[in-house]
Amino acid sequence: MFESLSDRLQGALGGLKGHGKLTDTDIERVAREIRLALLEADVNFKVVKEFVARIKERALGAEVLESLTPAQQVIKIVNQELTTLMGSTANKLAFSSRPPTVVMMVGLQGSGKTTACGKLANFLLGQGKSPLLVAGDVYRPAAVDQLKALGAQLNVPVYDEGTDADPVDIAEHGVARAREDGRDVVIIDTAGRLHIDEPLMEELARIRRNVKPHNILLVVDSMTGQDAVNVAQQFQDKVDLDGIVLTKLDGDARGGAALSVRAVTGRPVKFVSTGEKLDGFEYFHPDRMASRILGMGDMLSLIEKAEQSLDAQQAAELERRLLKSQFTFDDFMDQLQQVRKMGSLQSILSMIPGLPTAKLRNLQVDDKAFDRIQAIIQSMTPEERRHPDIIGGSRRRRIAVGSGSDIQAVNQLLNQFKQMQKMMKQIGSGRMPKNPFQMFGM
Amino acid sequence: MSYNWSEVFVGVSPTAEVEPAAAREEGRKGWFRSLKEGLSRSTKALAQQLSAILVDRIDEDAWERIEEALIGADIGVSSTVAIVEKLEQMADAGEVRGPAELVAALRRVTAELFSTKDTRIDVAHSPAVILMTGVNGTGKTTTIGKIAWHLKNVGKQPLLVAADTFRAAAVEQLVEWGRRVDVDVIHQDRGSDPGAVVFDGLSAAMARGSDVVIIDTAGRLHTQVNLMRELEKMVRVIRKQVTDAPHETLITIDATTGQNGLVQARLFREAVGVTGVVLTKMDGTAKGGIAVAVSHELDLPIKLIGVGEKMTDLQPFDAAGFTELLFSDEILKAS
Repeated sequence: MFESLSDRLQGALGGLKGHGKLTDTDIERVAREIRLALLEADVNFKVVKEFVARIKERALGAEVLESLTPAQQVIKIVNQELTTLMGSTANKLAFSSRPPTVVMMVGLQGSGKTTACGKLANFLLGQGKSPLLVAGDVYRPAAVDQLKALGAQLNVPVYDEGTDADPVDIAEHGVARAREDGRDVVIIDTAGRLHIDEPLMEELARIRRNVKPHNILLVVDSMTGQDAVNVAQQFQDKVDLDGIVLTKLDGDARGGAALSVRAVTGRPVKFVSTGEKLDGFEYFHPDRMASRILGMGDMLSLIEKAEQSLDAQQAAELERRLLKSQFTFDDFMDQLQQVRKMGSLQSILSMIPGLPTAKLRNLQVDDKAFDRIQAIIQSMTPEERRHPDIIGGSRRRRIAVGSGSDIQAVNQLLNQFKQMQKMMKQIGSGRMPKNPFQMFGM
Repeated sequence: MSYNWSEVFVGVSPTAEVEPAAAREEGRKGWFRSLKEGLSRSTKALAQQLSAILVDRIDEDAWERIEEALIGADIGVSSTVAIVEKLEQMADAGEVRGPAELVAALRRVTAELFSTKDTRIDVAHSPAVILMTGVNGTGKTTTIGKIAWHLKNVGKQPLLVAADTFRAAAVEQLVEWGRRVDVDVIHQDRGSDPGAVVFDGLSAAMARGSDVVIIDTAGRLHTQVNLMRELEKMVRVIRKQVTDAPHETLITIDATTGQNGLVQARLFREAVGVTGVVLTKMDGTAKGGIAVAVSHELDLPIKLIGVGEKMTDLQPFDAAGFTELLFSDEILKAS
């Protein structure tokens, strides 16, 4: 629904090729587009004002390089400035030299604190840490239960004292428990609160004084509007934040709040959280967020995700087989499973630059199609998987019945597989296919 | 200004309201006053911004700052432009002279942007079915607890259905509300099919002769196609048992939400035909201006306002009152 800033700028400056320099009028037009785009992205208007002033200054008289259109030139400047504003590099969690490292999560109700606690625990497990969750939200009905359920899912212990104890005590006891049990990171969930709720804010301050967390993270919903600055400022004043966790980034909100919060508190966004599943949590990359606000996709995140999920050894083996053109259904299964480890197809697709998000929303990627394909392959004999050529009419019927699909589906898969083999041969011979996602029928 | 909750619902006899003990305990206030308490914090900042401008004259700079103040309230670019253009026309025509008239005009013009559809909750069916939807963390379950409490107070017998089977402990949260309000809750285990829970809930409601069934659903982002489909399926399940239901499909929108609130409301409306909006968490500093944009651009009535976590913290919506508080008289005083 929101036109991306890149599109807007292309529109405003599209006809400007070969001008040499950006004129005053160009820049005024550009400034207007940037202002509107950032406001629609929910960046606070004061932040927008300062930002646009800076862009104007930089763009004025900037030499338009021959290789870039004026629009691209401006996008480059905007991208650089956005990245600078959000901090130039990814900002990692501070680990204490004397464990346990204590992380305290604070934020408004409904921002996704408890879920973020679970996701952070999962993230730390992946880094070889042994976290302990502490249930310090004793006010919201069932918040303790929610954290316990998350802990059980992750097989991470949860320290709780029910809902009658003092959250400050719970936090202290939780840290003591972690020390006894040799857990090296403590994640304290706190009650969701309004930043103007004095007693509750004071409680947070007391937890901070008594437990001295190494990281206090403010959880912010990426859909937050102009009020994000007030919230961040209040929490900053009361508990002195170390960083920010931006949640629900899998929606289509542009997440301008990230920019506002960073500008107001001077504290970096450390993590972003996406999706319902517990693995949707990663370090924040300012450059990528800049691209998102601009609407330019997020190639880097995709690459990193692929690197994490694809087993290096298996990949090398696959490559060897590819070169020998021996791609079989077994390899295909492996590949499917590897891709699925990266998350839902929808989330992978949303990170590919050049695919407009508006179009993506309408594109319905059916993850179940993968299940059906797997069922068909699993109904083949090992011999058939290695040598699909032997699959004739009666084998097809058997496979169709065995997988609960029909012959057309089996035929379709066999055809797709043949095309894929052809493509793999091309890769093997060094010619890349134009669209690797063709194999999934996209 | 006071209101009677029996007038907030369609299908409740005016004499039905009984003064509940819990209301006295929680110190019930007039809606204007308690809403004002919540809103006054939000309004102060806006008031201060505007006050400086509005003392004497309406110049170019003033217009720009009004624009910014409106944007700052999350009213959104296009509704802001609509408001400012209208005000400029009025100023040009000499209908608005000086700051006092400008504030009044600002309120009037903004209030006129709200949808004129019925803001009451329709429970004149047997059973009446209310489906509560919205993205994660916007206060669906809490709102259901509050509505159930008010329904009980006006003599209705509500039944709650815990169809949020996804979020850890969501069922427990609704059950806890049921206990507080003393209303039955139909639920199954976490992870069970929400459609099945809905079916069970409606069967139970009809067997027990409940008046109003309120269905809690899992928070979902409007971009999650499969989950939106699941919601459509729930509506189909509901219609198998009660053909003209759901009679109300409400979406909760967090007052702190920015422009994404528009997209949320639009996509939920496309999927399940939203009949109204509950604007939640109005007790913070957020101004809830997104309600103006949603109501104006999508022609959806704002039906209720949530101003806190207590049972009593729910108010019927009134456009004139809302804008009066959004642009308060302090605009002129606090210079």
